[in-house]
Amino acid sequence: MTATLAIENLKVAIGDSNVLRGVSLDVQPGEVRGLVGESGAGKSMLGRAVLGLLPANAVIASGRITFEGRDLLAMRETERRDLLGRRIALIPQDPMTSLNPVKRVGSQIGSLLRHHLSLSKRAALTRAAELLTEVAIREPERVLSLYPHEISGGMRQRVLIAMAFACDPSLVIADEPTTALDVTVQRQVLQLVERLRLRYGSAVLFITHDLGVVAKICRTMTVLHAGRVLEEGETAEVLVRPHHAYTRALLAATPRADRPAEALRPVPPALIEQLWSDARKLDSMSVARPA
Amino acid sequence: MADIAITSPAKSPSHLGAGLKRGGARLWVGAALVAILVLVALFAPVLAPHDPLEQDLLSAQLPPAWMQGGDPAYFLGTDSLGRCVLSRLIYSARTAVIVALIAASLAALIGVALGLFAGSFGGWVDQVISRLIDVWMAFPPVLLSIVLAAVIGAGLTSVIVAIVVVDWTRFARVVRAETMVQLTRDYAAAARAIGLSRAKILRLEILPNLVPLLVTLLAVEMGIAILVEVILSFVGISVSGDTPTWGSMIAEGRQIVYQAPWIMAFPIGCIIASVIGLNLLGDGLRLALDPVQRS
Amino acid sequence: MRWGEIIRRLVLVPPTLFGVAVIVFVLLRVVPGDPISMMISPGASEADIARLRALYGLDQPILHQFVAWLGQVGIGDFGRSISVRQSVFDLLLMRLPATLELVLLATVIALVIGGLAALTGILLRGRRAEWAVDGGVGVLLAIPDFLWALILLLLFGVLVPLLPISGRTDPQIDLDLHSNFYLIESLVRGRFDTVAALLHHMILPALALALPFAAIIARLLKASLAEAEDQDYAQVARARGYSRPSILLHEVFPNALIPTVALGGVQITLLLGGTVLVERIFSYEGIGNMAIDAVINRDFPLIQGLVLTFAVMFIALNLVVDFVVTLLDPRLRHG
Repeated sequence: MTATLAIENLKVAIGDSNVLRGVSLDVQPGEVRGLVGESGAGKSMLGRAVLGLLPANAVIASGRITFEGRDLLAMRETERRDLLGRRIALIPQDPMTSLNPVKRVGSQIGSLLRHHLSLSKRAALTRAAELLTEVAIREPERVLSLYPHEISGGMRQRVLIAMAFACDPSLVIADEPTTALDVTVQRQVLQLVERLRLRYGSAVLFITHDLGVVAKICRTMTVLHAGRVLEEGETAEVLVRPHHAYTRALLAATPRADRPAEALRPVPPALIEQLWSDARKLDSMSVARPA
Repeated sequence: MADIAITSPAKSPSHLGAGLKRGGARLWVGAALVAILVLVALFAPVLAPHDPLEQDLLSAQLPPAWMQGGDPAYFLGTDSLGRCVLSRLIYSARTAVIVALIAASLAALIGVALGLFAGSFGGWVDQVISRLIDVWMAFPPVLLSIVLAAVIGAGLTSVIVAIVVVDWTRFARVVRAETMVQLTRDYAAAARAIGLSRAKILRLEILPNLVPLLVTLLAVEMGIAILVEVILSFVGISVSGDTPTWGSMIAEGRQIVYQAPWIMAFPIGCIIASVIGLNLLGDGLRLALDPVQRS
Repeated sequence: MRWGEIIRRLVLVPPTLFGVAVIVFVLLRVVPGDPISMMISPGASEADIARLRALYGLDQPILHQFVAWLGQVGIGDFGRSISVRQSVFDLLLMRLPATLELVLLATVIALVIGGLAALTGILLRGRRAEWAVDGGVGVLLAIPDFLWALILLLLFGVLVPLLPISGRTDPQIDLDLHSNFYLIESLVRGRFDTVAALLHHMILPALALALPFAAIIARLLKASLAEAEDQDYAQVARARGYSRPSILLHEVFPNALIPTVALGGVQITLLLGGTVLVERIFSYEGIGNMAIDAVINRDFPLIQGLVLTFAVMFIALNLVVDFVVTLLDPRLRHG
């Protein structure tokens, strides 16, 4: 079966620093894969690379990204834009800044639907109301007429989730959608994502630094550090029997309900240093190798 | 106690090379234009082919030498009274530079003083000065300068006074804002803590930090002074008598613009070059002296 | 709408105007030089001078004069112009429409030029040609309106004589209009040849007024567009497959418009102030042109009337700009 998303040996550099050092991962149809790592590990960059939204000064040194068998990197701009928002969607991180402040909620959802699905204005509004109901927003007609600053952060995130699933995507990239929210709202958001992805049959690449979230929603996971994949596999396996020292350290640093707080241990700096020097060695090795 | 030295951040040595590079093309082009202006003003007697006041009514309204009917002796032509346009342009540059320097410096003096007071004393002093600035800026500058010059009468003094009166607020506002910002910085608090008087802090710490900003403002202000002089001449109120100024040349030229357009055209060119040069220089200096500064 | 805010601003208008009136009134009488001395012919006797003074009420104490003037203004009488010997009110009424039309035309031109320049600048963002756009705008900014007036006059009036350089209209044309709003009325009535003739005369002074303002708009708008384009919601829009032009137009522009109008709208006062010289240079019969002579002749009633008129326009403009900003930004509307 063709993987929904297949990333092969992706190397991305921004200026002098290597952001992604040969990352490979895949997401099968309907799979929810977690992408874990601390800030700066390259997780967001990976998401951006898939969406084609790397910063202007980023260089893709090598590697392939295929979506349902189609090469995303080699694609024409117009083809890619046709996929984005429709078959590949994004749930952005910060709900407070990810919605246009001067347009009503209904207008923002509506223009997305009209652009990709060519719906009429009325049909788009009806569909928008349906979507809001799916993300458990009461009084959808009223919310459609509101501006983003008139609804809460949690509600805004639900609107963004609705917009991600609006056009029945095959792949949803969730870029730390729970990071900016408080814990009680986080649970609701995770439930929503799970429910919607089941309903639309979408695969999800769930980017996060929170192992707890990964445990709840992701069947498979990939651990990233310094732009390198350190470990990957079924979540249940990885979290119970981690192979890599880094994964073990991450686990030890994650608060759990069944463990006293004093048992928390920060990731040892020595380990981090080791990992970074390993990464840099990898860089110099690939430079030294003849082309 | 007296050994404690307090260094404010801007006193760190600014490398000449890096500064020049930051200034970029603006700095060079601006400096070149302004240099030409200043040199022409300085060496006017040497450069000008004729006496700017000398009239030759037989050679009135001659076109520039390269046009039909032109006379090589009067390279840029003559005006209605037969005076050499080129010579008048050159001597006008001298007047422009003098007026610009004096007026800009005076405006700076008043504006900086008031700005420093407002910024450092705060409280009601600041309130009064700020209200004053607001009301002052509410008056359209053109109208204000015309009213002033009309009231005081023609002459160099009135032109300078008009410029100063109209534009001191430019310095005051910026200096006030900068002073308030600088005073919140740590080094100022440290200075206060060891008992330096307010005046000393102003003199030793704050003023030197303001220098890059002031230099830029001065350059811009000089450009404005040149423009105000033009406005006043055009309205018939400016430096009196035959003293050539670009503004008066334009005013005269406007009357006979169909017959002798060059009389108006050349001074306009000089003004544009000077004003753009001064603006570029000010911009370039701002970038070169302190890239973090915002004007 | 922030009703409370708007009412508060409106309430502040009369006292502000009062303050302006007081300042001008006092200033005129306190500084040396008075209208009578401008008017008298040499050899006039003391008695004549005294008589003229009394005629215009200038021999009364200042407070007296002010109260008298206020009373007259209250019933719409702005007095008689000393230099032009007509009712100030009539003079203003006659000439104000000309200036208003000029300023209106200049604003439209400035918006178009400034908008296009900003659009070009933002589309070229990051490319080398952007520097050319920035430079061009910088030049536009450095040259003030009256200088542009002179340049345009030279270029298109004299050297390449395409356009007339004086007056509001061709003296030979029979206008046959009711109001003094020549341009607007001709447009409304469909008299397009009259419109063409009027525009012929208005285009150069309007352009002179417009160019510096256009530069300000261009710079502001481009900076606002650039800043808005870097915001999260614009980036997210890219992830939804919209093209860059589409994002700029639909997502970014409505946001960028807000700071542009807020900061740039007030600068329309530049246009108003600029009419004084530009109208003079083109001998255009508006109120700006009157101002210079009024000042030189120390024509108190006329100066007072003019200053009050300008002040009212300034204040009205500020109010309109604030109103428009509230319309554009939904976040400002609900308290």
